[in-house]
Amino acid sequence: MRTFTEDEVVRYARHIILPQIGGEGQRKLLDASVLCIGAGGLGSPIAMYLAAAGVGKIGVVDFDRVDLTNLQRQLLHGTSDVGRSKVESAADTLRELNPGIEVVPHDLVLSSDNAFDVLGPYDIVIDGSDNFPVRYLVNDATQMLGKPLVYGSIYQFEGQATVFLPDREAPCYRCLFPQPPPPGAVPNCAEAGVFGVLPGIVGCIQATEAIKLIVGVGEPLVGRLLIFDALMMDFQTVKIRRDPACPVCGDNPTVTELIDYEQFCGLAPGQAPPEAEHGVAVAAGESA
Amino acid sequence: MTGVRVKLPTILRPRAGGEAAVDGTGSTLRDVLRDLESRYPGLTAGVVSDDGGLHRFVNVYVNDEDVRYTGALDTQLRDGDTVSILPAVAGG
Repeated sequence: MRTFTEDEVVRYARHIILPQIGGEGQRKLLDASVLCIGAGGLGSPIAMYLAAAGVGKIGVVDFDRVDLTNLQRQLLHGTSDVGRSKVESAADTLRELNPGIEVVPHDLVLSSDNAFDVLGPYDIVIDGSDNFPVRYLVNDATQMLGKPLVYGSIYQFEGQATVFLPDREAPCYRCLFPQPPPPGAVPNCAEAGVFGVLPGIVGCIQATEAIKLIVGVGEPLVGRLLIFDALMMDFQTVKIRRDPACPVCGDNPTVTELIDYEQFCGLAPGQAPPEAEHGVAVAAGESA
Repeated sequence: MTGVRVKLPTILRPRAGGEAAVDGTGSTLRDVLRDLESRYPGLTAGVVSDDGGLHRFVNVYVNDEDVRYTGALDTQLRDGDTVSILPAVAGG
């Protein structure tokens, strides 16, 4: 069994003293590996809180560079990081928060060709991406790999979060939304704007759920979708049922390998998703 | 007459005078959406498809139940129910 260093005992003292976490829970966190898809608005609080909590290995996937417009909400990055690779900027921030953990920057475009290789080494995947093709790709890949997926998504002042487990009883993202909206139907953050604090709240909920899954405490947000409205300060949970006819997690799956997610989302091959403003586009060759 | 409260997502609020929630009447979801459409033209186009069904990228809940499992547009409503419209969004 892992023994804590003196520094770790002090650093994690406020966790270790909690009966629900304790030394055992903190060891689980230090032994855990989590992949964060996107180093943007959601990815910032997700990765930062997981690093602070002592999650032993944190991977961050992004292909983009830090832009001045990101800094209104993406706390992983500072003014001096503008123009830098997002994953390199993120890695510096996370290592400064906690030098005792391993941070793995994945400076790449997630695609059907590399998703299994990138996601494979991690225990849990957290979706902080910003477009539909990547969301369906990450859902399908985690279902096929048998990994939990902590989902979060935002629009202007509203957010959604839930946890998709790979078991037979639990729903997946396709059970929640069987089809993406037509391209262009939902404006992206650049077009529609986004309330800067919103991804902070939703990302913190995702980090909370990931930590609960690792420690094995509480009731996970499974089979329930949390809907948050910042303007009305309204939190609501609704049921998500597993669809027995789901093409990925249903009784007779018809999608058993990763597909062309741009085509699935109505985009021409190689075309950047209209939602991709930062972070994680699908397939190589786009300019974002 | 069955009266329900309909919570609207931000993207639909401009079509309802900016309201976050509106009152509707009708004994089924279809009736309530018709009622809303008559008072807020264009409001339900993003919810109901041209063929008269529900879009598969917009979910509608009555209280905390997804109407896809309770009869879709034929879902029976009771006085005081809360209807929530939830579009798929992808921002992050």
